[in-house]
Amino acid sequence: MKKLLLLVLFITVTAVTYAGGYRVSIQGQRAMAMGHTGVAVVNSAELVFFNPAGLVYLENKLNVSAGVSGIFSEVIFQNAESGVTSETDNSVGTPLSLYGSYKVNDWMAVGLGVYTPYGSEVTWPTDWSGSHLVNNIDLAAIFIQPVVSFKLSEYFSIGGGPIFVTGSVNFNRNSNRTTTDINGVRSNVTVDDSGVANWGWSVGAMFNPTENLRFGFNYRSEIIIESEDGEATFANFPNSLAAPPNGPTSFTAELPLPAELTIGLSYEYKKWLFAFDFNRQFWDVYESLDITFGNGAPASINPRNYKNSSVYRFGLQYEATEKITLRAGYYIDESPVQEGFFAPETPRNDSDGFSGGLSYAITPKLAIDASFFFLRFDEVDASYNSYQENGQNVPFGGTYESSAFGPGLGLTYKM
Amino acid sequence: MIKNNIKYLAILALGLVACEPEFDNPIEETNNFTSGELDLSNFVALGNSLTAGFADGALYITGQENSYPNILAQQFKFVGGGEFTQPLMADNTGGFAGNNDTFPPRLVLVFDENQEPVGPAPYTGAPSTTDITANLGSTFNNMGVPGAKSFHLAFPGYGSLNPYFERFQQSATSTVVGDALALDPTLFSLWIGNNDILGYATSGGTGEDHNMTGNIDPSTYGDSDITNNGVFAQTYAGLVDALAAGGRKGVLIDLPDVTSIPFFTTVPFAPLSPLDETFGPQIPTLNATYAGLNMAFAALGVPERAIEFSTTAASAVVIKDESLTDITANLTVAITPVFGPLAPIIAAQYGQARQATEEDLLVLTSSRVIGQVDTDRVAELVGLGVPQEDAGQLSVIGVTLPLTDQYVLIPAEQTAIKVAQNSYNETIRNLATANGLAFVSMKSQLAQVASGGVLFDGGVITSTFASGGGFSLDGVHPTPRGHALVANGVLDALEKTYGLVVPRVNPGEFGTITVSNEVN
Repeated sequence: MKKLLLLVLFITVTAVTYAGGYRVSIQGQRAMAMGHTGVAVVNSAELVFFNPAGLVYLENKLNVSAGVSGIFSEVIFQNAESGVTSETDNSVGTPLSLYGSYKVNDWMAVGLGVYTPYGSEVTWPTDWSGSHLVNNIDLAAIFIQPVVSFKLSEYFSIGGGPIFVTGSVNFNRNSNRTTTDINGVRSNVTVDDSGVANWGWSVGAMFNPTENLRFGFNYRSEIIIESEDGEATFANFPNSLAAPPNGPTSFTAELPLPAELTIGLSYEYKKWLFAFDFNRQFWDVYESLDITFGNGAPASINPRNYKNSSVYRFGLQYEATEKITLRAGYYIDESPVQEGFFAPETPRNDSDGFSGGLSYAITPKLAIDASFFFLRFDEVDASYNSYQENGQNVPFGGTYESSAFGPGLGLTYKM
Repeated sequence: MIKNNIKYLAILALGLVACEPEFDNPIEETNNFTSGELDLSNFVALGNSLTAGFADGALYITGQENSYPNILAQQFKFVGGGEFTQPLMADNTGGFAGNNDTFPPRLVLVFDENQEPVGPAPYTGAPSTTDITANLGSTFNNMGVPGAKSFHLAFPGYGSLNPYFERFQQSATSTVVGDALALDPTLFSLWIGNNDILGYATSGGTGEDHNMTGNIDPSTYGDSDITNNGVFAQTYAGLVDALAAGGRKGVLIDLPDVTSIPFFTTVPFAPLSPLDETFGPQIPTLNATYAGLNMAFAALGVPERAIEFSTTAASAVVIKDESLTDITANLTVAITPVFGPLAPIIAAQYGQARQATEEDLLVLTSSRVIGQVDTDRVAELVGLGVPQEDAGQLSVIGVTLPLTDQYVLIPAEQTAIKVAQNSYNETIRNLATANGLAFVSMKSQLAQVASGGVLFDGGVITSTFASGGGFSLDGVHPTPRGHALVANGVLDALEKTYGLVVPRVNPGEFGTITVSNEVN
């Protein structure tokens, strides 16, 4: 009976991970397998990300968790009126995470994490019907975070630390729907920058009213990636005084990595662990993507008008055998994209995530963690209405359907 | 134990299968696109420069790719349309190698440092590389031949007269329609007849109107002549008979008003501004001089020919109206007291002159000469003994030297065009009806572009020169966006007549004119 239940969980409730916008929530293989819950789960060094306050409750002196996932995502687009269909050809995303924690004494632990919570890699066919909005985009941000965790009592702990971010972006799109050079090749602009650095921080707290019940709180600050030293390359513009010159120039742009608040709980019953996380992502900071160019070309103003969004995550863990721990999860992921602002560069609508996974203890100290997630999107009729020609809005839209899934592998070591 | 582990892994692996996104209602399955009664596997388009994709005064690759027949063929692919081949030129410069005097490169729009348009000029960024003598060796779905008039399509050996057909004719005695039929088309389109009036119109009516001459032998017609209505009717009926033989399906397209294209609507009849730095200060002198002439006009009973320039508003140009009675002889006598020995020369210059009215259409090319000094005329006058200074003053085109016939369509010429156009269009419409063919009234579609404009998702398409979006820089041929409108019109007609249902194209996704400063 129990096994049957597990099967059902595995097959129907596997789980997973993106969150809306360009947030990629895969910051730990064990958490991923449980619907990416973890703010109140004391399980591994993944707590560096999920809630540094919990590190001090880990049993072992040294904990290390490392993992990587492969994200296979695809978006298809169709417009019934024009008969146009398109599909993305994205390369495999590989979010990774590496965490370590060390218990200095009974009341203090320190840790270090390297993880990649933001990214977006979308590649549409060049010159597709939405190419005036995006041909391809590749965003990535690596977070490096030292943390410290203090146990104030058996019941309560706090933790936190600074975050160093280094980000990169590569974004290409056509200048508009029609402009070409003399040979009919569409005029386009690529902006490229890497090593864009900034700082942020996170704090967490954990409360354990009973032995089996934990509550967690974690807040990660907003971080604005300000790109100032990158290169914008204008290509295939007509050779005219009415058009910007072809070739490289400078650009400036800002991309916000929004603040995120998580509260949650976990409850342990015999061999079972149940976890619930609520994420609130403060996307309203992403009002507009404005790019100004050094060559005097008109600035590119792209209203985004995101709204704050929430994710509800449920995770379950079962210690099947001494060596095998099974996990499953489910979450409801709200998109921050508002109606009329659905841009094909981040074509995310609301989704249901299913995840599953297991850990296999090779030795008492070393375990292999595997996870898998699948995101189910409803197809959505959506448009981006803020693109302008001759001062008037020219909506671009149709029906989008996305899918994303990702298997991942990791190692957990404790000593 | 191990067995159990394998079982769990197998379950996990199941999850990996089949994660490709799919629409609940993919348009390939749920659309109502249908070819109706049509077999679209072999569409052949016949016509002239409009069908060929000629634009900006030249034939070049991207213009051909955006020709309305090629746009149609892409939409036909939703419902089984076949490949559509075109006799592509060798480059995007246009014109023929070594023959740029007769076949110049395309026009591009030049801008100055302030990003203000200067005007169109021939593109010189790359040479014309298309070999005028090379035959491409095959027949193409796009049988549009720039310059062709109605009777040319069935004229054996037309290739020897027109290098655009020579490029793909099957033999030295081929006809356009014969080569087209050899392709065994399943659907044809025919848009021909524009040049039967347009040559006359763009030449300012310098040619013969064969509805007046009664000449019904087209082999004697000049480029700038109007084809006799009877000749057109007979020729066109012959083309339709051949093309629609055996119940072949097709679409016929009628002819737009020449007055709806920017070549005739861009230069105003009254372009002479008193604010012009050269012209303005001379107005008092000019009016004083013309006063003597005007008194003579009054005395001779033609006071309406009086010429006077306003100091507060733009004035009409002075034109030669060949429909006016030539009063040179009487005028000479009348003005001799005022102008002395110059009188005969001046009288000859103004014997049929008047100021333009809003009824006159100035052709686009007149903008290049109005206000310029005609140096040939200066030399001629000097040769006649006129002092250099006077000769110069008498040779300012449109101001003192009347604009000649080639730059102006006077009302009588417009009427000749209209008479022919109405007759041709009646022929086309009647033949479409009689043969059960689809019919597109490009006349009414273009009238809409010219009057209010046609809305699209990014603005309005009008016939305003350069900026309107509908017409290329030669002022006659459509832009890709204009071709998109034509294609949609044809799709409407094919839907109405044959039940074809395919998506229309979005004109906003088609370009307009090309800007470039690669000019000499």
